[in-house]
Amino acid sequence: MADEKVFVLAELDEGGGLSKLTLELMGLGARLASETGGELDAVLLGEDVGASAAELATLGASLVSAADHPSLGKYNPDPYLEVLVRLLEPQDAFTLLAGHTPMGQDLAPRLAFALEAGLVTDCVAVEPGQQAGGPVFVKPVFGGNALASNVIKTPRRLATVRARVGSAPESAASGGEFVALEAPTAEPPIRSLGRTTEDRGVKLEDCRVVVAGGRGMGGAEGFGALEELAGLLGGAVGASRPPCDSGWIPASAQVGITGTIVAPDIYFAVAISGSSQHLSGMSESGKIIAINQDPEAYIFKVSDYGAVGDWKQVLPALTEALKHHIS
Amino acid sequence: MGLNIIVCLKLVPDPEGPADSFTVDQASRRVVVHGLPPVANPYDENALEAAIRIKEAAGDGEVKITLLSMGRSLSKAVMLKALATGADEYVTVEGEQLEAQELDSYTTATLLASVIRGLDYDLVLTGRQAADTNSGQVGLGIAGLLGIPAVTVAQKVEVSGGMVRVERVLPDGFETVEAPLPALVTVSHEIGDLRYPALAAIKAAKQLPQKSLSLSDINGELASTGLVERMGLAAPSRERACVMVGADTGEEAGRALAERLHADRVL
Repeated sequence: MADEKVFVLAELDEGGGLSKLTLELMGLGARLASETGGELDAVLLGEDVGASAAELATLGASLVSAADHPSLGKYNPDPYLEVLVRLLEPQDAFTLLAGHTPMGQDLAPRLAFALEAGLVTDCVAVEPGQQAGGPVFVKPVFGGNALASNVIKTPRRLATVRARVGSAPESAASGGEFVALEAPTAEPPIRSLGRTTEDRGVKLEDCRVVVAGGRGMGGAEGFGALEELAGLLGGAVGASRPPCDSGWIPASAQVGITGTIVAPDIYFAVAISGSSQHLSGMSESGKIIAINQDPEAYIFKVSDYGAVGDWKQVLPALTEALKHHIS
Repeated sequence: MGLNIIVCLKLVPDPEGPADSFTVDQASRRVVVHGLPPVANPYDENALEAAIRIKEAAGDGEVKITLLSMGRSLSKAVMLKALATGADEYVTVEGEQLEAQELDSYTTATLLASVIRGLDYDLVLTGRQAADTNSGQVGLGIAGLLGIPAVTVAQKVEVSGGMVRVERVLPDGFETVEAPLPALVTVSHEIGDLRYPALAAIKAAKQLPQKSLSLSDINGELASTGLVERMGLAAPSRERACVMVGADTGEEAGRALAERLHADRVL
């Protein structure tokens, strides 16, 4: 695997700059490349991406390949795939890192099948692995009940990586070169008819306090009590999957491996039993506080504080008592 | 019959089961499941619900829904219940070698694509990912291998005039896209739960056509180990020492918890 290139598929955030995850991937990519002795390259697709391409060159990329075209302004899988396949087809062996983002999740499997490359999605660690014959890609399986370490046996390797796995390069480098990629030519089969933005309120992942309810809340009314505690603490209300599936709270509130992954300072788990797919979305929280009627509930094993009781009794008393301390 | 829909349905251990029913066997690098019955993968159930809604919108006899499952040993009860919700036939591929934890996404997609090639299809629906492998690759892989357009994470799927119209979930809303049939769509939970079948429907479903295939029937060759190989498996370390506040009533527990959190400067 000597001299193999590492590619980072860069992504822009809503503000049009490089996303935080892209910076983290550049740091992670540099670590992998130094292990293999290969170079680190960045790839960026979009419209008016010149400034971001230049920034990538200061983040350790030897070569920044950029496709800049109006048809790439909004993500559309087939034009993106066409450009990437044209770039990567001539490469016999490489590792490409993409973010485990909506785009990464949609694009990486297409790319993997187009290139007959092995792909590991949702990596929570990527370790250089000389002995294993290539990097080791670690990902949760069974909703986070286990962590699988994988090697990719094809010489072309793809991975999507979660946020906060890598860390952004500390010092700026210079001297990266640029190459312009050809714009896509094929008429895309999928046509966008427009986007609808919905106000999702506060972003759960940005909150310092999350107050989450589970199946045991019994209905939409219970979430009002959670709102009160969350409001008092300046936090937001989350949920495990069952309340979302039952329509007690919008799906955007779902914390878990297929919802939002959060790591607030304080996480309240109210009437949540502790299914693995939920735990995977919050187990990195600072302090976890559980309230559950069942003293044997699994959630207590993964919490720092626990109170046994019906939330209808525990929660108002807790909120009331906290008011005295907080005001 | 106008429109043929294929829904890929994987059987998985119940992902909402308690975390301690899953343990890691490091020697075999497998997750061992204790006392959890198999269920249909929840996202695949969402895909089936999407198919049934298309069928209802089209009217009698216009849409045929074929369920497709693959595995080492498939639960008849789970399959029958899925069939009874509104599908028309079931195609299964069973075999000793088809243990889900031993197959990587590439192999799974290759086998399913070779089954689908032998069926009539206009629209293929899958869940956005499986609850056991959590990979999210197989749907897109099938589309890639069949050479048809693919749209992911749908919250709404409609068919008209040879096109499929999909609302794709985005972090801040959704995007409406359109693709020509045949196409593949992966479905997300935002679409809503699969309906429950009536008891009479479950009984009647026993009479619906079921076709059972083996690997040799589909000329399926298991690429000996696939493209990705699992080298190790570990249990995540999540357990914490939990301070339990003792109390006789819920109100007391709430107050005691508040005092404890305050004393420990958590809040």
